[in-house]
Amino acid sequence: MRNLLILGAGTAGTIMANRLLPALDSEEWQITIVDQDEKHYYQPGFLFIPFGIYSRQDVIKPKRDYLPAGINVVMSKIEIIEPEKNQIKLADGKLIPYDILIIATGSRVHPDETEGMKEDGWFKNIFDFYTIEGATALANFLKYWEGGKMVLNITEMPIKCPVAPLEFVFLADWWFTEQGIRDKVEITFATPLPGAFTKPKASKLLGNFLDNKNIKLVPEFGIERVDSSANKIISFDDKELDYDLLVTIPTNMGDELIERSDMGDELNFIPTDPNTLQSKDHENIFVIGDATDLPSSKAGSVAHFQSEVLDKNILRFIDKRPLLPHFDGHANCFIESGFDKGILIDFNYDVEPLPGKFPLPGVGPFSLLEETKANHWGKMMFRWVYWNLLLKGAEMPIQAQMNMAGKRR
Amino acid sequence: MAEVTVDAKTFALDEDGFLADQNDWNEEFAKAIAKEEGIDELTEGHWNVINYMRSDYADKGAVPTIRRLKKAGGIPTKDLYALFPDGPAKKAARISGLPKPKGCV
Repeated sequence: MRNLLILGAGTAGTIMANRLLPALDSEEWQITIVDQDEKHYYQPGFLFIPFGIYSRQDVIKPKRDYLPAGINVVMSKIEIIEPEKNQIKLADGKLIPYDILIIATGSRVHPDETEGMKEDGWFKNIFDFYTIEGATALANFLKYWEGGKMVLNITEMPIKCPVAPLEFVFLADWWFTEQGIRDKVEITFATPLPGAFTKPKASKLLGNFLDNKNIKLVPEFGIERVDSSANKIISFDDKELDYDLLVTIPTNMGDELIERSDMGDELNFIPTDPNTLQSKDHENIFVIGDATDLPSSKAGSVAHFQSEVLDKNILRFIDKRPLLPHFDGHANCFIESGFDKGILIDFNYDVEPLPGKFPLPGVGPFSLLEETKANHWGKMMFRWVYWNLLLKGAEMPIQAQMNMAGKRR
Repeated sequence: MAEVTVDAKTFALDEDGFLADQNDWNEEFAKAIAKEEGIDELTEGHWNVINYMRSDYADKGAVPTIRRLKKAGGIPTKDLYALFPDGPAKKAARISGLPKPKGCV
């Protein structure tokens, strides 16, 4: 019996377990998945919690409900990966050997990477919304806030779901309007990037959105520290921004397990072949989702597109066939823009988000880089798609590779 | 394709205004681009960053990030901002003759 071991039962790991179980001969292969948390979080939903649109119950379900019967589920912390010995060691010292390893340990936020961030102001007037704790604490704060200076700050790139910070300020503009206090709130978007987003066309368009919504953009702001006694953030080049409410996107890093195993870069992301998803250092190790060091978005849609390439490559690896270099960096994101509207972007390693139409059999087409009601409904519908289709590894009507149909240069 | 001429030598630039072929780079190019970026004189501190960036790029095939310059290169971020004000990663990469850093999307 040979062992295929998956580390992490989040979006990417769960999809892989569901796709590989029917593809592998159960007489020959045992699939094991290891995770330390029984709860599966629908992370795209965290964005809506501060505004009371979703509650905790909407975004949490038991992981085991989404893992297929027939695989071995181990709930434990992992001490270390030992690639030279083809085994991992759990926190209690137990060893699990593998023939093939898939690492899907994701990324998480590290507010402690920034001086002063996690001191007196933390969860008092400084919040993140990338954790369930931060998102719910922020919801409680916003419920009673009477207005003032709200600063959203991205600490450093890369971050999970790079459009979420923009969505947050768009939604905040809408929400404060609904509460009747928009005139009492000054919204600032401070980013280390030169504009609202990285890719030129989308950056310009999204920058216009910020303008129209009266949200101030502060580009090239590299945060050095937080002074929570004076309520200001200070950049490395001594620029200062005052806040009454600081919404931070802290440094995102891969799991500490990767650091303990000495397998990652400075941010604990694992060097990965950008097209085959094989680890650069070990041929029987594959990496998927946020855990990679790839310049693709760290997002669920990307993990899904990767899974359609990785399942084939795992089978080819078993059959000693050359791997297919078919992952193209494809990402597809609905951007919530407030007032029941949304924007859709679709792009890959080489093609930036372009305007046009996005054909989707049955429900589409959706408009690209354009604000519409249909895009908002696409986004809201996606939670159902996530729990019922995506996690289960079902075939989706969107190709893994990006398609130029409908796009305008 | 855009180009820049320094001391009678012509350097081809890519669509982002970065050196098209890393092998073309020389110190005169660095000085000229630095001036264009508002840095009149390249000091020892600047050269330390440029040399590290070039050797790390040759080694790893990727333009080092600010965090990598700090952690692996031992260059404090504060110093980096003082040396290359307003967007140090991009500015230093351009002067060092490397491609535009991949702002991860």
